[in-house]
Amino acid sequence: MIVAQALTKKFDQFTAVDALTFRVRAGEILALLGPNGAGKTTTVRMLAAILNPTSGWATVAGFDVVREARTVRQHVGVLTEMPGLYLRMTALPYLDFFGRLWGLSARQRAQRSESLLRRFGLWETRDQRIGEYSKGMKQKLAIIRAMLHDPPVLLLDEPTSAMDPHSAKLVRDAIVSLRDERRAIVVCTHNLAEAELLADRIAIIRLGRLVLLGTPRELKAQLLGPPLMEVRLIGSVDGLAPRLADIVQVEAQGEGWFCYRATNPVDVNPRLLRRLAALGQQVVTISEVPRTLEDVYLRVVEEPS
Amino acid sequence: MRRWLREWWAYLDMALVITRREVRDSLRDWRIVVPIVVLTLFFPMLASATAQAAMNWLVKYGAPLIGTRVIPFLLMVVGFFPISFSLIIALETFVGERERHSLEPLLAMPLSDGQLYVGKVLAATAVPLMASYLGIGVYVLGLYFTIRFVPPAILLLQVFLLTTAEALVMVAGAVVVSSQTTSVRAANLLASFIIVPMALLVQGEAVIMFWARYDVLWWIVAVLLVANLILIRMGVRLFNREELLGREIDQLSLRRIGKRFLVFLLRSPEEALRPWLGGGALRVDLWRWYRRDIPALLVRHRLSLGIVTALMVISLVVGWFYATQYALPAQFFDFRNLPESGFADLEMPGFLPRLSPWSILFFNLRSLAAGALLAVFSFGVMAFLPLMSTMGVVGFLARQVALAGYDPWSFLAVFILPHGWLELPAVILFTAFALRLGASVIAPPEGLTLSDSLLLALADFIKVVLLVAIPMLVAAAFLEVYLTPWIVVQVFGGG
Repeated sequence: MIVAQALTKKFDQFTAVDALTFRVRAGEILALLGPNGAGKTTTVRMLAAILNPTSGWATVAGFDVVREARTVRQHVGVLTEMPGLYLRMTALPYLDFFGRLWGLSARQRAQRSESLLRRFGLWETRDQRIGEYSKGMKQKLAIIRAMLHDPPVLLLDEPTSAMDPHSAKLVRDAIVSLRDERRAIVVCTHNLAEAELLADRIAIIRLGRLVLLGTPRELKAQLLGPPLMEVRLIGSVDGLAPRLADIVQVEAQGEGWFCYRATNPVDVNPRLLRRLAALGQQVVTISEVPRTLEDVYLRVVEEPS
Repeated sequence: MRRWLREWWAYLDMALVITRREVRDSLRDWRIVVPIVVLTLFFPMLASATAQAAMNWLVKYGAPLIGTRVIPFLLMVVGFFPISFSLIIALETFVGERERHSLEPLLAMPLSDGQLYVGKVLAATAVPLMASYLGIGVYVLGLYFTIRFVPPAILLLQVFLLTTAEALVMVAGAVVVSSQTTSVRAANLLASFIIVPMALLVQGEAVIMFWARYDVLWWIVAVLLVANLILIRMGVRLFNREELLGREIDQLSLRRIGKRFLVFLLRSPEEALRPWLGGGALRVDLWRWYRRDIPALLVRHRLSLGIVTALMVISLVVGWFYATQYALPAQFFDFRNLPESGFADLEMPGFLPRLSPWSILFFNLRSLAAGALLAVFSFGVMAFLPLMSTMGVVGFLARQVALAGYDPWSFLAVFILPHGWLELPAVILFTAFALRLGASVIAPPEGLTLSDSLLLALADFIKVVLLVAIPMLVAAAFLEVYLTPWIVVQVFGGG
């Protein structure tokens, strides 16, 4: 649905995006992560056919972002970094205006506006001026604007910024349901927990370059090594490590617990449990030590360039 | 034809969606509505009453003429006041939207840059113009009911056209200003470039109104239309997604300007058009400049060179035809009395240089440089002034010489050609590159910003002027002092 090949954007001598290559399939969410100025917004602008790449190419919904820019824009819903609403208007005329620009009929405009406003909990405030909305409400209205013409591709820049937890969940659920409707979605975010929760794959960009691309699990394995397992026992673990050495290497231990890395947990863990039982140890729990995307992200962005 | 009309309507229809929204938005803003209502309804009534009072008072003192001149003047003022808001609305709708980040969602719509531009220009022009027409209507009705006077239809048409063209100039100018800034504050500062010329224009119109030379108003309408075409061309070129989103801060960096200028000056003309691709080290390469760069620049500027050459010929012809209207006495052209010793002892008029090579060179350079400077502030138009005035005089003199009984071709061959074969090409080059310098802001080349385009044109101008035009002018000045008088005396003089 989205294909970017060596996509590059230079502003004067400054390279904002440097040879980005990735694909996003229908029914997939790709999260673009990166520090401020990494080139996420510029990438989104190029995919939305707002900016032309300096070199490289991209197709969105099968259309070339340079040669078929208007068709691309017809097939893409864009949530810009700032909501950018017309504050003197109310929600319905606002959506009606954008619906006209998308070329929707009057009936489509009315139906889509009502259903989306209801879905995002803004129907009751439809007669209120947008200027009187809270930040979160404005953000929701901007998302509705992006979804109004039912596009197969969504490019969302910080979709849950400024939202309370309830609204953020509402938006996340909406994004997931859009994915389930086989849409290709790109989400730019600083919210790592959200990226982990939403994204099928994550691309980490730094100084315009793609540093890492993969599923959250793949990224963690690649950067943080094999999963770290923790075993909790009843009683002391003193002297246990040498007796397990042929199965696992104990990395750390304490009062009633020890940790090891399992490259292949499916094979290692049952053998380990059998050995511990044979040694008369009573296992309380065996679990993977949670490793967050934040660890991966910080590792990547803190590396010297 | 029907297909074309359908496509055209579809194009305009989308633009009008933007116009309608923005017009409604403007009408919701009391800061725009209240002054416009006052200027549309209250001020024209006041103007009618003023006209009546002035007429009555002046008639008492036997000067009704002044009163009748006040009426058209007030007609113009009544029309102009509401359109002054078009500038404010235009700055709001272009740079204001950008500042409030509401422009980017529009840029993501399936609209062309042209549709966005047209929609916004119409939005910024519509409300003030309607208010202006309404104000004129109220004023004319007021005149009819107070002093039973109806302005001539032709004057009404002139004021209607002037008002429309002025509103459009302000809006089109505001688009250009907006494209160079990211905040309303900065745009307001730059808006002086629109306000000051408009204020001068209105003052000029006022003088014309009191002078009652209404025919001159047609010329002003024509000039405004040309200005509109230029500004709209610039606006269409500058109001595009790349330009709007590529500029994030309004910062004047002399260092960047200097570096950029050096790139344009020292790189080959092809590389200069794509400065973002970089290139080798920057160095002065005279051999390359003369061998490759100058010929390439001449080819690239062939249109400007052609225009300048054509204008030179036209000026010559115009001067020739005007000679009969202002014929000089034949004794002015009695070449038989020219001294054998040359022209050095001849008395020269004050505005001409002394007959020395450096005086002539300085005189030529000063007038050409003034033309180039004026070109920068007139989109290149004024670059023609030195060339056209000089060639007009040459054409004028050639005809006068013919009227005095000499062969004008011999006159040109003897008085002009000995040094003109170098001087005229140098002047054409100077003028053509000055024209390009002024016109560079109208349509920057693809991928270059407005300032880049100006710097590139300046670099090309300097290269051609320093390496070609000035050496030619130096040589021509020496020929003009040491060769031309000698030939003149040999051919005509010695009496």
